[in-house]
Amino acid sequence: MAIPLIQFINVSKNFGESHVLKGLNLSIYKGEITAVIGKSGTGKSVLLKHIIGLVQQDSGQILIEGQPLSQLSPKKIKLFYQKLSYMFQDNALFDFMNIYDNIALPLVENSRFPKDQVNKKVLKRMDQLGLIDIEKKFPSQLSGGMRKRVALARALVMDPEIVLFDEPTTGLDPIRKKKVHSMIQEYQKKFEFTAVIVSHDIPEIFNVVQRIALLDDGIIKFEGTKKDILDSQSKILNDFIAGKDI
Amino acid sequence: MLNKLIEKFGEKTINLLKSFGRIILFCFSGVTNIFTLPFQFAKIIEHMWFIGTKSIFVIILTGLFTGMVLGLQGYYSLVKVGSEAALGAAVSLTLISELGPVFTAIMVTARAGSSMAAEIGVMRISEQIDALKTMHINPVRFLFSPRIIAAAISFPLLTALFDVVGIFGGFISGFMMLGINKHVYMDTVIQSVKIHDINVGFYKAFAFALVTTTICCYRGYYTHLYSGFGARGVSLSTTNAVVHSCIAIFIFDYIITFFWV
Repeated sequence: MAIPLIQFINVSKNFGESHVLKGLNLSIYKGEITAVIGKSGTGKSVLLKHIIGLVQQDSGQILIEGQPLSQLSPKKIKLFYQKLSYMFQDNALFDFMNIYDNIALPLVENSRFPKDQVNKKVLKRMDQLGLIDIEKKFPSQLSGGMRKRVALARALVMDPEIVLFDEPTTGLDPIRKKKVHSMIQEYQKKFEFTAVIVSHDIPEIFNVVQRIALLDDGIIKFEGTKKDILDSQSKILNDFIAGKDI
Repeated sequence: MLNKLIEKFGEKTINLLKSFGRIILFCFSGVTNIFTLPFQFAKIIEHMWFIGTKSIFVIILTGLFTGMVLGLQGYYSLVKVGSEAALGAAVSLTLISELGPVFTAIMVTARAGSSMAAEIGVMRISEQIDALKTMHINPVRFLFSPRIIAAAISFPLLTALFDVVGIFGGFISGFMMLGINKHVYMDTVIQSVKIHDINVGFYKAFAFALVTTTICCYRGYYTHLYSGFGARGVSLSTTNAVVHSCIAIFIFDYIITFFWV
């Protein structure tokens, strides 16, 4: 099997007395969408934040294409992080900026694109995500679904190779949820990025992703493809999918 | 029992030292990031408008009444020793080297500093600061550095405004209400104020700008460490930012006066 793009090996993380990750192992493969499922408060977002460097593990290793992240040169680490993009659970849009500026921010601050090229890129993303005529509006003036799409547009505007979605459909109605899921699926096919999605949308999420990992009690209790799920005899997985307490 | 007390004292001391180190590093990082390209002109202007322009009214109002009170109090004190003619000198020197920079800094901290702490605090608890990091944008450079520059420009200008309006306030009390000769008042102002006094006032204003902006932005930035998450965390950060800034203003005022006057 191919070398995973990102691999967690025995990763542990504590916040004071709370042991969130307890020797977690997980593999994320290039060009695939991996869903991380599990009960609330089991450390799924913490896991994502390890990938993007917002949280550092207490022990264990994170490998990037087989190489420990901790042993990479600062330049290589920077390059890796530049390939990443993160969509926050609550969108984390800047409420003092209008929608256009929110989406343009990573381009304006990081790249040396001329103004007209930034404009072109932003408007293209807005158009692709159905965000028409709202450039001058502020996040507080938009509906929840619109804000999600703005957050998605901002996450995709730098053409990332890896996109991390932290519960992208929280607070959306079933129709919007379906739309966001198909949007992720569609754009993943179009831009061929690798994605990790933290989600509670079971079983809908299974139609979007190629791989699923069940996080419980600080470790991955099940990891595999959709087919593996169907074939799985894992009681814990089946109970979770059935909505029983695990 | 004693062991626990010592342990607690030690823990508090370590935490205090850690905070002190953190705030120094935060300030250093903010200042050094001012000089990294590209310069953030638009943001500096935006913050100058907020810190400076929007504070003008409150500075004029407080400056005028401070000057008027100084005029009244000064007159009643000076008249006892027959020196009411020195009212202009007393008002202007008190304002330029002491009350002007201190009151301006306190007023701007109450108005703009609290807002800085609250805004950055809300950004912290709503993960907007994390979002900046994920976009490879240095949050200290983005949020703090333009505010330092804006404050460093605005504070001395507002102090100058406060001084001028305050001297006029003293003039209103002295000339219009107490009947002091207007020419004598203005002449003593001009004769008594030396360039050194004005410089000291500006040094103070500049130092207060740096200290209060650092404390307010720091409190907002580390809301999660000191006050916790949520609305209460932000409100605590804002309160602490203003209180600590005011204390720092008085401490630095003493230090600068001690060394420069």
